[in-house]
Amino acid sequence: MNFKFCVYFRTVEPLEYYRRFLKENCRPDGRELGEFRTTTVNVGSITTADGSALVKLGNTTVICGIKAEFAEPPAESNNKGYIVPNVDLPPLCSSRFRPGPPGEEAQAASQFIADVIENSEIIMKEDLCIAHGKLAWVLYCDFICLDYDGNILDACTFALLAALKNVQLPKVTINEETGLAEVDLKQTNPLNIRKHPVATSFAVFDDTILIVDPTAEEEELATGTVTIVMDEEGRLCSVHKPGGSGLTAAKLQDCITRAITRHKEVKKLIDKVIKSIKPK
Amino acid sequence: GGWSSGSPLGPGAGAASWGGRAGSYPALSSSLRTPQSSPGLYGPAEVKISKSCTTSWPPSLLPPGVFEKNREQLIRKTCEAVILGTLHPRTSISIVLQVISDAGALLACCLNAACMGLMDAGLPMKSLFCGVTCALDSTGAITLDPTAKQEKEARAVLTFAISSMERQVLMCTSKGTCSVEELQQCIAAAQRASGAIFQFYRDSVRRKYSKT
Repeated sequence: MNFKFCVYFRTVEPLEYYRRFLKENCRPDGRELGEFRTTTVNVGSITTADGSALVKLGNTTVICGIKAEFAEPPAESNNKGYIVPNVDLPPLCSSRFRPGPPGEEAQAASQFIADVIENSEIIMKEDLCIAHGKLAWVLYCDFICLDYDGNILDACTFALLAALKNVQLPKVTINEETGLAEVDLKQTNPLNIRKHPVATSFAVFDDTILIVDPTAEEEELATGTVTIVMDEEGRLCSVHKPGGSGLTAAKLQDCITRAITRHKEVKKLIDKVIKSIKPK
Repeated sequence: GGWSSGSPLGPGAGAASWGGRAGSYPALSSSLRTPQSSPGLYGPAEVKISKSCTTSWPPSLLPPGVFEKNREQLIRKTCEAVILGTLHPRTSISIVLQVISDAGALLACCLNAACMGLMDAGLPMKSLFCGVTCALDSTGAITLDPTAKQEKEARAVLTFAISSMERQVLMCTSKGTCSVEELQQCIAAAQRASGAIFQFYRDSVRRKYSKT
């Protein structure tokens, strides 16, 4: 097959084109079915944010910026702070997104990250409290996708973890006389990260074949997706399978096994990156 | 509804014993509209079938937020997986679910109502599906179809959509953390319980057509 034919075949019959590769247990970009794209992470790039991280999974690029502000703790639990995630998929990252209010995919991604934070207890909200009933931190985590090439959930989860590890919160004392908060920007403390959730996404092809880390093209051709979030103790923080073709319990178990290996890979990468940052 | 199974951590020991009529769903009624009108506005190359699914629950003071949108997406994608869309090109199927009362296990109830509505409308489907909720408490005991109180106190709540074909898992969503073994136990328990729900579907349809 010469090159021109491949290009036409890929456009006209994308599913058949993919099936030819899957028969040989590989994918058009040369990866195996269980192989992730090259993952790179960079922390602390946004100096105006309290914590930030940029994650690239192949071409998919997500940047996370965390800003900490003050708020009153909620009425029903006055010793807790807030963590508010928001995922933005702007038209910049892909032609499928139009300008305007967040579309369904962005909302679903925001809800997914909120669930991961809640389920995994990556940070205890009690740690964000400064003064009971009066003052607490609220962490606004904003994710912006700069390039959409599939597997946005994994990239966002990884960016969240890296950015939270990069956050430095200034010390706050409440002045007893005036009742106002005094912020000491010179003394900063990092956040207490209790768990390290890592997401691994799979796409289901033709109801039977599972491929890991799908690109945008693979996501479109897939008949379903599964995302597994695990923490370092091997506990499942989230099993997210929004419809799509059915999976047997055995296939889910295969996904979980791959997710455990992926967790180790990601943890090593994060530790390396955090260690490489020289303290200011 | 109401059946609960306390199952110790041993594999294969869970037996579902259900009190109350299996499949009495006090919480939900569904209405299904199938407009066969307006083709989608999705460009000349390929007209995609759009199936829209909206859920609304009273009192709807606020516009649907991110949480509601997420629920809708879960239900919609599950329906999309089973409906034979290619038989009805250029049409949209609108599923409207109205929550009358919420006594726990709401998402599973919505899924069951959606499936019964699709059956009632006579839409061709690849398989039926049913929703099952499992709650794991602090000791690791599984409770199927938990009440709102049990859901709140549970360590983890998992909702599955089980297909009638080989009892495959069509949809899965979880709240809280659980171990891998607990997940497999919940899936097994949900697959067993789905048999009762599918029997209820059969009985309801039989009852409906035996009257006429």
